Amino acid sequence: MSLSNTRPAAAILSLVAVGAALLGAASSLPAQAAAKDYTPADVTFMQGMIMHHAQAVVMSDWAATHGASANVAILCRRIALSQHDEIDLMQHWLQARHLSAPDPLDMLHPHTGPVHDTSPMHMPGMDMGSHPMLMSGMLTPDEMRQLDAAHGTEFDRLFLTGMIKHHQGALAMVAALFATPGGGQQSELFGFATDIDAGQRAEIARMQAMLKTLPTTPSQTR
Amino acid sequence: MTPSSPTGPRLRASLQALFLAAAPLVLASACSKAAPPASTPPVAQADTTDPRSHLKAGLYDAGVASKGLDLVAHQNKPDVFHPNEPGGLTYANSDLAFGGHYVYQGNFSGIQIWDVADPAKPTLTSATVCFTEQGDVSVYGHLLFVSAENTGSRLDCGTEGIKDTVSKERMLGIRIFDISNPQHPRQVADVQTCRGSHTHTLVPDPKDKGVVYVYVSGLARVRSKAEMASCEMGDITDPNSALFRIEVIRVPLAHPEQAKIVSSPRIFDSLTKAPTHGLAYADTANGAGRRGGRGGRFGPQIPPNSSAADSAHIEELFGKLLAAARSDAATFKVMSDSLEKMGVPVRIPPPMPQGLGGPSQCHDITVYPDAGLAGGACSGYGLLLNIKDPLHPVRIQAVADSNFAFWHSATFSNDASKMLFTDEWGGGTQAKCRATDPLDWGADAIFTIKGDQLTRTAYYKIPDAQTVNENCVAHNGGLVPVPGRDIMVQGWYQGGISVFDFTDPAHPKEIAYFDRGPNDSTKLVIGGFWAGYYYNGYIYGSEIARGLDVFKLTPTADLTQNEIDAAALVHFDRYNPQDQPKLVWPAAFPVARAYLDQLVRDNGLPADRTTAVKTALDDAEKLSGAKRADALKTLGAQLDKDAATATDAAKVRLLAGVVNDMSKQP
Repeated sequence: MSLSNTRPAAAILSLVAVGAALLGAASSLPAQAAAKDYTPADVTFMQGMIMHHAQAVVMSDWAATHGASANVAILCRRIALSQHDEIDLMQHWLQARHLSAPDPLDMLHPHTGPVHDTSPMHMPGMDMGSHPMLMSGMLTPDEMRQLDAAHGTEFDRLFLTGMIKHHQGALAMVAALFATPGGGQQSELFGFATDIDAGQRAEIARMQAMLKTLPTTPSQTR
Repeated sequence: MTPSSPTGPRLRASLQALFLAAAPLVLASACSKAAPPASTPPVAQADTTDPRSHLKAGLYDAGVASKGLDLVAHQNKPDVFHPNEPGGLTYANSDLAFGGHYVYQGNFSGIQIWDVADPAKPTLTSATVCFTEQGDVSVYGHLLFVSAENTGSRLDCGTEGIKDTVSKERMLGIRIFDISNPQHPRQVADVQTCRGSHTHTLVPDPKDKGVVYVYVSGLARVRSKAEMASCEMGDITDPNSALFRIEVIRVPLAHPEQAKIVSSPRIFDSLTKAPTHGLAYADTANGAGRRGGRGGRFGPQIPPNSSAADSAHIEELFGKLLAAARSDAATFKVMSDSLEKMGVPVRIPPPMPQGLGGPSQCHDITVYPDAGLAGGACSGYGLLLNIKDPLHPVRIQAVADSNFAFWHSATFSNDASKMLFTDEWGGGTQAKCRATDPLDWGADAIFTIKGDQLTRTAYYKIPDAQTVNENCVAHNGGLVPVPGRDIMVQGWYQGGISVFDFTDPAHPKEIAYFDRGPNDSTKLVIGGFWAGYYYNGYIYGSEIARGLDVFKLTPTADLTQNEIDAAALVHFDRYNPQDQPKLVWPAAFPVARAYLDQLVRDNGLPADRTTAVKTALDDAEKLSGAKRADALKTLGAQLDKDAATATDAAKVRLLAGVVNDMSKQP
């Protein structure tokens, strides 16, 4: 099963500083600038993931008021803190490239108060299936209401089940990004997307283990 | 500057409304709770009064705070890596390796070779542009190994990326350079792997001096089979899956072009369930008390014009689907298909294929060949591996920790009785050392090793609060060879360099630090110390944005000049931090005095005795030949006696051992 693939030396720019103590003087060759910093798929991914993360933050914030067990509460705290910071990271990444950086709040109607109807969010990258504003793995408003109505063990169970699905959706978004020609190669984006893939995979395993420790209460209440 | 973000309670309340209200229907009263405060405050808080917390920002003129560390040299990145445009990771400096009087510094876009014959005046020998990410480096003899992981990494080292989803131009794995002439590194081999190389670890063959192995840890997704036929993405039951394993490359030093993968140890086998640390539900108050609560569950969405019988049937199918959702994929599929046929959407995830959600990859492996051990930081686990047969590492133990987001890397104490794992919470690009961030998240976790058991004893995180504009979390480091103590130096990105003592594994303590202010005062510009390592008397820091730094330890109450001098006696011809070398100290006066200083500091021996021993050592040093040997022999005998009654008998014995050994030197 030899996977090695060897090749002769290719064109490598090698700069030699002959006894140069000051580095600035060492090189005059310009670096081959990356042809392009990002692709449309990169932008779609970042913009879409902001919304995706925003829902995870909302779900996680509920732990404190919904009687989550200590374990789930810790998990929620971590997810809320982590994904909130990642929203900042994604917004910064987009803004640094003068791209539209979605603010989840812009999705709300301009006037305050509860939202009364569906406002289709025509964001790039959104799954335009049965639920216009939902990207892969996101909970539907129904599911969100059920989660919000739950308490204690039931909240834990719905949260874990829902967040596993939510994370799996994020993995699908990463997969879609890398399946796109040239997608995900900008360094920070590559690192970020790879982190999401590895980190959320690990978190899914953790949540599945936690799910198994929950008391099995066949809930009858609706 | 900063975009409005969903942090504040008001904003979060609005967000709730967004996700709850996209469908018409009742906004149940239960939904209108005020947004909760994020959650309970951390147990311990970072210190906002530390001098590191309020430093002036600036790429090259930032404020500096330090204790016990003197910056003796700094060099900016060479121009090819854009030293004045730190805006991203594309030209980020990464890890370091050391060989002779050269420091090899990785960069996401290439490699730099620094001549540190005079560590106070590092000079650039060469800078080679070759886009790889992360570009972590190791050196062995005339070969330099570089990790390549970015899907845009090219065989020809170009920086233009790769546009095709399947491409023969892609290089994911280990690049090997011949550095016989450090002014002209020469690309001699590329070993392709299915998931690329995030990091790698050199393991010299214990018997054959002409062979080194490379353990490859890859985080990236499994590449397309069309690109590399052997790359299967199966679950843990699939022996050909490129997941759930590490790769071992065998490199004949004389023929690097023959380097190839020779084994793929499946170190995750039978590790499907996360051991829970403090996570067992039944152990919590909630677990015993709260059941049922206010109800609510995922119910089926019954189509509006369904008959009563259909509705009942749907309910029944849905019940079975829920029951199967944990582990019975087959039943789940049947129920799910039936429901879909009846027009009922199923939005519950199918059970994960067995093991696919479990740990499937390592971030980093540190081997400690002298102890026959390796520490693997792998997804949600820290692994302890037996590597006595380096081709076939075997898992001894696995630990999980709910405070850890992502296990990043491992370091052993020199006697292999302790190990330290780092948690790279946030991936290193985010600010995780703010006053509000828990001190046990994004930290080091210290474990004791007893047989095959790992027991966590403490966390260590830099004690000061950093700003929101500084990416900061535990990152790469290694041991500082002070005899008699376990001391580590570590890079914390823009949190600076921290040197700390974990001799007492339950009470790690910082003893030195160096920190600059943020790169930018208005926004987070990624930078800081990728790593800090001790090599032959100096500490080298790889600064992501700013270049290379060289430090010397200076004496403080927590570290004496004798201890610093004793550390400098440990000399290596080569140092790859992921291939942890055994520290051995010569029998020499600085080593004896280092032990003596520790006995004084910790009251391990009565003061009158430590004073007498100090005088005896000073006197002996002034003598030579047989007279010195006699004086040392006498002192050694006295110390052997002291050990019987000393508070710290073990340390006195170490001291006696050095003195006795010195007495036998010609």
